[in-house]
Amino acid sequence: MSSAWTAVAIVGVGTIALKSTGPVLLGGRELPARLMGLLSVLAPALLAALVVTQAFASGRHLVLDPRAFGLGAAAVAVLLRAPLLAVIVIAAAATALVRAL
Amino acid sequence: MPRREFRDGVRAILGLTPAAFAFGASFAVLARAAGVGGVAATVMSATTFAGSAQVATVSILGTGGGLAAAVVAALLLNARYGAISVSVAPGFRGSLLRRLVESQLIVDESWAVSVQPDGRVERGVLLGAGATLWIFWTTGTVAGAVAGEAIGDPNRLGLDGAFPALFLALLAPQLRSRRAVAAAAIGAAIAFALIPFTPAGVPIVAATAGCLVGWRR
Repeated sequence: MSSAWTAVAIVGVGTIALKSTGPVLLGGRELPARLMGLLSVLAPALLAALVVTQAFASGRHLVLDPRAFGLGAAAVAVLLRAPLLAVIVIAAAATALVRAL
Repeated sequence: MPRREFRDGVRAILGLTPAAFAFGASFAVLARAAGVGGVAATVMSATTFAGSAQVATVSILGTGGGLAAAVVAALLLNARYGAISVSVAPGFRGSLLRRLVESQLIVDESWAVSVQPDGRVERGVLLGAGATLWIFWTTGTVAGAVAGEAIGDPNRLGLDGAFPALFLALLAPQLRSRRAVAAAAIGAAIAFALIPFTPAGVPIVAATAGCLVGWRR
């Protein structure tokens, strides 16, 4: 088996295990109230971190590149309550435009 | 599961489908350049179904980083799904097989559109959104594997700028309370602080420490 297929197999099994942990082991059971309190803000914490890493990380470097302009344009679109698709198109267009300059 | 919830999930995620398709296609192009064939890329999209981890895997293999480094990086990038998976557990019922299969539709985006202010998820919404994304992600990968080089560099079209934007658009409606805003600010600060010092994936996992603002006595 090539290393490509080995990687596909291991990453696949590992990811399936990570995604299914909760539903398989704890499915349908109520979590302790204190844990639910913590998890109630998991979404904002994780999504904010994803915004930062997707916009400003390049490997282990913090960079300011055209993606930051795309993010700025997206922020304006979000404040103006633009729909999801419009936010994404505006951000991609701003990124491509700044890169082409 | 109410059919209406499933439909709501499909509708909530429709705006993301062009990006999911394009990203799937660009993953296949990247995979081929790294020596990972179209069939392997498609199998990976269908089973792993996690964009950043898939890109990390093939780019590390392609730059000669080795199998172990590729696998470790991908699983670190996906480690956040362990936390997400536990948080959605109360909503998933039915047989073991059913819970195992349905949980594979958990991705950042399907979870973000289905999560409630108290941290619970509407399972039907998550499944509708996840299934829709899976279809576009997988067919996009097939398209990229088939059309290949004709697509060119997707970053020329600003695809890399689309991702921070989509996460921002998913984050905005989550900022409904002072606690949520604080968690987001802490998560972002942790990510900024760790990017220069840790492998990709670690800053995101560490950002879950932002959850501590949800501590109640």
